Amino acid sequence: MPIKSIDPRITRANIEIQNKETSKENKVLEKLDHWQTYEVFAQNKRGEHYSHVGSLHAPNPEMAWILAKEQFGRRNKITGIWITKTSDIFSVTENEEEMFELNSEKIYREAGGYKVMDRINKFKKENKKISEK
Amino acid sequence: MYGGGNIFEKPENEIQEDPVKLAEFEARILAGEKIEPTDWMPKEYRKQLIRMIEQHAHSEIIGALPEGTWITRAPGFRRKLALMAKVQDEVGHAQLLYSAAETLGKPREEMINDLISGKSKYSNVFNYPAVTWADTAVIAWLIDAGAIINQVANSKGSYGPYCRALERICQEESFHLKYGHDNVVFLATGTPKQRQMVQEALNRWWPPIMHFFGPSDKISVHTETLMRWKVKMASNDDMRQKFLDMYVPKIWDLGLTIPDPKLRKNEETGVWEYTEPDWNEFKRVINGDGPCNAERLAVRKMAEEKGKWVREALLNRNEMYSVPLS
Ligand SMILES: [Fe+2]
Ligand SMILES: [Fe+2]
Repeated sequence: MPIKSIDPRITRANIEIQNKETSKENKVLEKLDHWQTYEVFAQNKRGEHYSHVGSLHAPNPEMAWILAKEQFGRRNKITGIWITKTSDIFSVTENEEEMFELNSEKIYREAGGYKVMDRINKFKKENKKISEK
Repeated sequence: MYGGGNIFEKPENEIQEDPVKLAEFEARILAGEKIEPTDWMPKEYRKQLIRMIEQHAHSEIIGALPEGTWITRAPGFRRKLALMAKVQDEVGHAQLLYSAAETLGKPREEMINDLISGKSKYSNVFNYPAVTWADTAVIAWLIDAGAIINQVANSKGSYGPYCRALERICQEESFHLKYGHDNVVFLATGTPKQRQMVQEALNRWWPPIMHFFGPSDKISVHTETLMRWKVKMASNDDMRQKFLDMYVPKIWDLGLTIPDPKLRKNEETGVWEYTEPDWNEFKRVINGDGPCNAERLAVRKMAEEKGKWVREALLNRNEMYSVPLS
């Protein structure tokens, strides 16, 4: 029996109601039916870095770009979009946190690791003594 | 829009997890840190999150149907444009949420199959029809208002991708709320016939609105673990109270009547009192027996089937599916 809806378009579409029992088995979509995934990067303002804003499904890079523009550039102003296949992104996920631990002993590569004022003051003091003599 | 009234499964008999990892995980959540897709997480956390985010995504995409019905019949060009923009936003929300759920390991095709087969649920309110234009106004104002309360709470949850999706979504919802309010105010301050229309729509939608946040805490599945893990952020009754507190006065301001003679704020306790919603009806409808369940799923199925040839024409079979990163 086709659906009678208060929406005349749906009534006209003549859709059959699914049988509740058989619909349980019914797989409308198969693997890859919604294509592969892409990651989207956007620039919010000229001069800023591009940053990751989300992901989407698309059949090719051109479509991914169009969909990304609609999804991530429709409501907020952005100035650019990059997309790339998710599978092309290399990342290491094991023990990530530990890997990025900073080594606080390497103060020789910090600006704060260099203190010269003590030496300068000492030097000035000694110089003064010499010139006074 | 709509993350309300999530149905959580009773947790299975405590799955054994590595106690050290579990303790680290819980400490991290307690400290307010977010969990990312590649982090260790308890199986139960993953399962319940997939379920919740998936239900939320389905609610957005199915929620677009009762409102979408009215695009062709919206009164006037400006309202037509605004409604189209709102419906497009809702479908966009579904897409953002499906991506967030996918990061936990369930492909989108499987989620949509489970929606169409009736295995996954979506917000119960969309099993009711938008009978007149005024119904769309009430939906856009009050259902979206309920959704915002739910989504703002959930955006402070523990799962990073879900929180990020919700932040975006909440920005757009503020337009939906204003648009809906504008439409309700227009009718409520209009001719007697317009007032009658909006009152009747409110009468129809009040019971589903009261159902929106899900069964009363007294009868719903215990969710202490899910609250500790910041999957569920507020109890159903607390969110319902918040909604009543914010919106009942605004409805009364317009001289509309809420069809519940018991509804009042207890001035001493500050708690809203109301007639207990009919939770048997809620269960009956969510299990497939509402006025529109069959139509909603059949329409969704038709959309997937009729779009299949287009998607197939573009499909490159050599591609591989990858789980989105975040
Ligand atoms: Fe939405
Ligand atoms: Fe919305």
